[in-house]
Amino acid sequence: MNTAFAIKIENLSKLFKSQDRLAKAEPVYAVRNINMKVERGQIFGLLGPNGAGKTTTMQMLTTLLKPTSGKVSIAGYDLLKEPDKVRESIGYISQIGGLENEATAIENLVLQARLYGMSKEQALARTHDLVKHLQLEAFANRLVKTYSGGQRRLVDLALGIIHKPAVLFLDEPTLGLDPQNRAHLWQQVKVLRDNGTTILITTHYLDEADALCDRLAIVDHGTLIVEGTPEELKKNVAGDSVTIELSPEEQTAGFKILKDLPFVKDISIIKDKIRVYVECGEESLPLILRTLDGSTITIKTVSLAHPTLDDVFLNFTGRSLREN
Amino acid sequence: MKIYKFIHDTFLIFSRTLLITLRNPLRIIIFGLFQPLCFLFLFAPMLDSLVRVPGFPPGGSLNVFTPGLLIMMAIYSSAFVGFGLIGDMRNGVVSRMRVTPVSRLALLLGRSLTDMFILLMQSVILITIATLFGLKLNISGVILSLILVVLVGLMVSSFSYTIAMLTKNEYTLAPTINLFLIPLQLNSGITLPLSLAPAWINKIALFNPLAYAVSGVRELFNGNFLNSTVIIGFAVVTAMACLSVYFASRTFKNLNA
Repeated sequence: MNTAFAIKIENLSKLFKSQDRLAKAEPVYAVRNINMKVERGQIFGLLGPNGAGKTTTMQMLTTLLKPTSGKVSIAGYDLLKEPDKVRESIGYISQIGGLENEATAIENLVLQARLYGMSKEQALARTHDLVKHLQLEAFANRLVKTYSGGQRRLVDLALGIIHKPAVLFLDEPTLGLDPQNRAHLWQQVKVLRDNGTTILITTHYLDEADALCDRLAIVDHGTLIVEGTPEELKKNVAGDSVTIELSPEEQTAGFKILKDLPFVKDISIIKDKIRVYVECGEESLPLILRTLDGSTITIKTVSLAHPTLDDVFLNFTGRSLREN
Repeated sequence: MKIYKFIHDTFLIFSRTLLITLRNPLRIIIFGLFQPLCFLFLFAPMLDSLVRVPGFPPGGSLNVFTPGLLIMMAIYSSAFVGFGLIGDMRNGVVSRMRVTPVSRLALLLGRSLTDMFILLMQSVILITIATLFGLKLNISGVILSLILVVLVGLMVSSFSYTIAMLTKNEYTLAPTINLFLIPLQLNSGITLPLSLAPAWINKIALFNPLAYAVSGVRELFNGNFLNSTVIIGFAVVTAMACLSVYFASRTFKNLNA
């Protein structure tokens, strides 16, 4: 890899011909003119509702699906011209995984290693490394069909990284996992990132995406709507909110005073509370408290909230992601 | 180097599928052999009285019927291998392997090799049992027959994979396969030899690769190697098997997800 970008996507599109002969529907763009770049060693999140084109994008990037148009380079290789080089450089874990149910984790892993050209000895050694590292010992010798969801997901991850890929694609890796398994999986993903692996991930869990992704792109209806670090994206929306509760008789007075403060972007009364939108909550909160104090207005409660990625999504699409 | 890698990968897939299939040996033996054994016990004896009918091929009833039975088994143990592929497509195994740098053809041929290997085992068992019933064995003829039988298996299994990839759905796969198999089988001379058939049926059979296979195996069982029926049988079946593998691998290459 000779560039700083592990993934470069230019004008990527996928047009699906309608499969439904009765509906005589028009061809549908599952992905439309996506442009993005992912730096090496980053966790990059693709965020969007079901049907937004996240999985289709992943399948194109992992050589499973031919793009209708566009240019993609992965790990420095051209996706269409050097698919085998791309395949050697990437790992892919689909939503459904892909484990052979009638075999053990060890058997799955050894075969996978050998499909990447390792010798029998190398494959066994690498398998045992991963079993130890990902803590699969307790079940690695049982048939996969007996595993729990969390166990399966860890083996999926092991299969995806067995050849130490430069770029790893994870499609909804934590879907359906309990919080403990989610945390364990994310921990492993962070370790991979810290060791230099570039990771492209899709997820429905906004809090996860927020906490773990270095950069994010929001996709909807096959197009990329906005891209940036979680912080940048959230700065774009209304800003932080400070919610203040005053005694009922002082509320109107307090509202008048706060409304004229220069840093207040927006203000509204919600039931017995006043909500003030500001650029930076941490800086504004002391000023708000001091102003109200100086006017001898008594504050009953106060709280500060930062915008979430759901606010970002709402802002750009007019819909909440959580409703999906 | 490339060809070495291809053989290596094919063998890897072959040994993996074989290992998993052999985890249920009873299933293969019982399900695969049950139908042909029924024909051997309950149908073959009825042919004894037909041996003297003008037009019935020489060699005795079992030597006429067992070759057809082998081809029938080749058809039925291969015709529905597509079900396994649909299962693997659905649980993500196929996608996972298609993301690796392994040759697409190796991924498919490895599976077919497993099908052929199991068919070979079944054929040997069936021939052994038929011998107990009075089949007269010509060893070299039987060995050459097995090659022809396995080629028929490759042709039918690749066809089944192609249909599986196109339909992606078990409920469509089975009737689609049967749509082709029933007429091809009835017109192949498997149960009753085509020499008993009217001329127009024989004309249709000219377009049926299975008919060539059955005739070829029959000649081989009677120890006739270098006759035109055998050579044409091999030529037709080999060509059709290659064509079938070609279509399967092309479909596999362009598979969506």
